[in-house]
Amino acid sequence: MNIPYTSTARLDTGLYNAKLGIWLFLASEVMLFGALFSTYVLLRVNAPTWPHGYELLNVPLATLNTIVLISSSVTMVMSWASLMMKKFGKFKLYMGLTILLAFVFLVVKYFEYTAKFEHHLFPSTNTFLAIYFTITALHGLHILGGIVVNTYLWGPGSKMWQNDPQRFTNRVEVAGLYWHFVDLVWIFLFPVLYLL
Amino acid sequence: MIIPKKTYYKVGAALFILMFLTVAAAYLNLGPFNIYIALTIACVKAVLVVMYFMHVKYQTKVTWLFAGAGFLWIVIMFALTMSDYITRY
Repeated sequence: MNIPYTSTARLDTGLYNAKLGIWLFLASEVMLFGALFSTYVLLRVNAPTWPHGYELLNVPLATLNTIVLISSSVTMVMSWASLMMKKFGKFKLYMGLTILLAFVFLVVKYFEYTAKFEHHLFPSTNTFLAIYFTITALHGLHILGGIVVNTYLWGPGSKMWQNDPQRFTNRVEVAGLYWHFVDLVWIFLFPVLYLL
Repeated sequence: MIIPKKTYYKVGAALFILMFLTVAAAYLNLGPFNIYIALTIACVKAVLVVMYFMHVKYQTKVTWLFAGAGFLWIVIMFALTMSDYITRY
């Protein structure tokens, strides 16, 4: 079966199908994370006491992770821009950097989690930690998903560049849209959980 | 769609500056304003990411519609979730 409009835009939507698809998916993702964020708000306004995030969490590590994620968004968009300029080598470099930065994020997150467990801070400890672990773990899974897709595009999936460069460029753009969304979620997670 | 590399680096730099502002503001005790400042900065960062990294600024109306729909629905969800809290007093 041939999927239509993988490299050229449909006349009626003005977009190639995958782009419309990823935007639909991201709209559903907004509701997934939105539900958890509104859960956070309700839990917080109904709690008799609520800790400041920085009393329990490691702000310098989270700031480092913010720098890492923003940088990875820049390298991700540069990997797509490299393909637009037909520079495949540059694409490999920037996509490789994006994957590397994603791993750095997860390693930092791993150290954060284990430090919490060592101090006997678990999701069951209090409501703040319960919502903290829930949202950051879901976000972490999204990072992991991004790593899987980006690694495929960096490695075996990049063969497509030889026979259908436009379709491959579109795939990288779609993966990028997802990746920027994951960055976007962190932009809200960081102040809400760590700073307020 | 050709966007100069410089634009991406400038947006990246703006995001870093806003991040440091947000961290710095968190260390000042401004009472209820801390939340407003943090969320305003986060919203500005979000708009920068959506407009430039996700290219919505340069896209057709259909993309605006989808991005706008996601935003509209989350506003409805938050407004109704908060209806309990804001009508308490």
